[in-house]
Amino acid sequence: MATYILRRILLTIPVLLGILVLVFFLNRVLPGSQCYALLGEHATPAQCAAFDHAQGFDRPIPVQFVDYLGKLAQGDLGSSIKNSTPVTTLLIQRLPMTIELTFYALFFATIGGVILGIISAYRRNSAVDVVTVAGANIGVSIPIFVLGLLLAYIFAVQLKGTPFALPPSGRLSPGITVIPLATRWGLEAMQGPPRAILDFFSNIYTFNALVTLQWAVFWDAVRHLILPAIVLGTIPLAIITRITRSSLLDVLGLDYIRTARAKGLDDSSVVRRHGLPNALLPVVTIIGLQLGSLLGGAVLTETIFNLAGVGRAVSEAIAARDYSVVQGFVLVIAIGYLILNLLVDISYAFLDPRVRLS
Amino acid sequence: MTSQTVRANEAIVADPLATTRRASGIWRDTFRNILRQRNAVVGLILLGFLLFTAIFADVIATYPPDQVLIGVEEGVKKSSPPCIHLFGCPESQPQHIMGTDSNVRDEFSRVVHGARVSLFVGFVTVGVAILIGAFVGLVAGFVGGWTDNLLMRLMDILLVFPALLLAIAIVTALGASLVNAQLAIAMVAIPIYARVMRASVLSVRESDYLTASKALGEGPRGLLFRRILPNAMTPLIVAGTLGIAGAVLDVAALSFLGLGAQPPLAEWGSMIALESGRLFTAPHLIFFPGLALVLTVFGFNLLGDGIRDALDPRLNR
Repeated sequence: MATYILRRILLTIPVLLGILVLVFFLNRVLPGSQCYALLGEHATPAQCAAFDHAQGFDRPIPVQFVDYLGKLAQGDLGSSIKNSTPVTTLLIQRLPMTIELTFYALFFATIGGVILGIISAYRRNSAVDVVTVAGANIGVSIPIFVLGLLLAYIFAVQLKGTPFALPPSGRLSPGITVIPLATRWGLEAMQGPPRAILDFFSNIYTFNALVTLQWAVFWDAVRHLILPAIVLGTIPLAIITRITRSSLLDVLGLDYIRTARAKGLDDSSVVRRHGLPNALLPVVTIIGLQLGSLLGGAVLTETIFNLAGVGRAVSEAIAARDYSVVQGFVLVIAIGYLILNLLVDISYAFLDPRVRLS
Repeated sequence: MTSQTVRANEAIVADPLATTRRASGIWRDTFRNILRQRNAVVGLILLGFLLFTAIFADVIATYPPDQVLIGVEEGVKKSSPPCIHLFGCPESQPQHIMGTDSNVRDEFSRVVHGARVSLFVGFVTVGVAILIGAFVGLVAGFVGGWTDNLLMRLMDILLVFPALLLAIAIVTALGASLVNAQLAIAMVAIPIYARVMRASVLSVRESDYLTASKALGEGPRGLLFRRILPNAMTPLIVAGTLGIAGAVLDVAALSFLGLGAQPPLAEWGSMIALESGRLFTAPHLIFFPGLALVLTVFGFNLLGDGIRDALDPRLNR
């Protein structure tokens, strides 16, 4: 087991290096992108040369790369060209929202997808199955921004005034504020990294409201998250449904299931005790892989629902042509995704003895 | 029957290497299998409709897609809801099946012309990705050794990024335009086809019939084009069809973010982006291009699934 985990970690290192090289090249080597972004389309070559010199872009590429790595190692992801806020600061401000949104979206997709998939496989070829499969096919075909805008229209305009109305933008209703955990717990004197971590969790509003038992705030924050989580979770929901269904159908066709039936177990215990545990392994893989598309989709979802997360920061930075911010965020998200996938792979070793023995 | 055809038939019988006839039979069987899949048929109908719309866009569209109708037509208003005379819209108002957009252009004509853009985007993007990806996969699988290792690790790096985010990073570096958006989406998709291609090359490389071909004196070029490539075609076609669905979605998403198609081009994603601020007053301007996008992506997804099911004998349970 330890060898497997170690080997898996070692295999990650070249990929990590590759990510760094790729983002570095996108950032630095492509002609004039930075200069024109900052100085405008009409910057003269002389102005650009001066800019490149000031930024150190005229040094040899390997020197720049080592310099870049050195800064990264100190947590310096560069700064916004527009207002010189460090990307790291922006990231710490914006990440809690995105984590919250991604968590609820994945929660919705996983629970919904696994349940639908099981029902669909269990009642194969029934009306429920046909509708589920067709729904899953449509689900993977709806662009996030179309679904988001349509749901916002239905729930905020058509259902306005009914109990089903849901807010189409923002994190909280006007008048409702979240008290930071530091204030709440009288820890305002706290400084440094512990304080930063505390503030980070304070900004995950539902978490904050839950641990401080502010039910009104919690309910309001949840109401604001329902539509975005459904919108972001729909494609993963459809994919997880499909995988669960086909994986369970595969397993239910195996010999040991026939044996279980032959010894007189009823249908539901066969599925629950013998089918599901083996069918869920591919589902875990898919859930891990969905994180990537969730992080990409967060850019669209947060833009539509006006949520101040990393995704919205990316689209704001695109609009402002603040490309160092875009690429800093992409780098962090890619590394985060790499680590998550590493954890998923390692979790296999615990779930499936075949993996760690191969 | 003329003596010429008789002789041609004899030639086929006499020539032991006349595989062309059998091959076309396989293709016809495959096509028949595909038509047996309900998904594929629905997908084909949707895509046929889309293709028809794209080809005859100029005839179907009631106005040029970029024409601003102020001063051209009496009584036209901006962002007006659909008005169809047949369904009781007063004759005094000009007829616009899908209404007009905020620049007073006919929405229907723009949606129709958008079919051209989307089909073009889908096929070109995936075409480029397949060409490069298949080449990489072919080299990796055929040459093997450290070349294989190096190429596939490079592909792994591309796969680590969430696809849409890497595409965003690439477009921001290259500059926002439809071509760059397509290029970015194609780049992001390369590893998929490289993996598919490599897998089929590897599966064929050790097969008996390849050894037999070698023994019969087939050169590397013949092995590649007559033995290996035809075997890799079906998985590539399946991955490509599903890939077009993804490419259409992703390019529309980039356009929505302002990184792809630029106004005034009638592209569904950028049309929705332009009108997203007027969601509450003119929802039809989101609904129609959105519906067009969904049906297009749905069509390619269904067709891809259908082809896969038709070609996979294990699934014919």
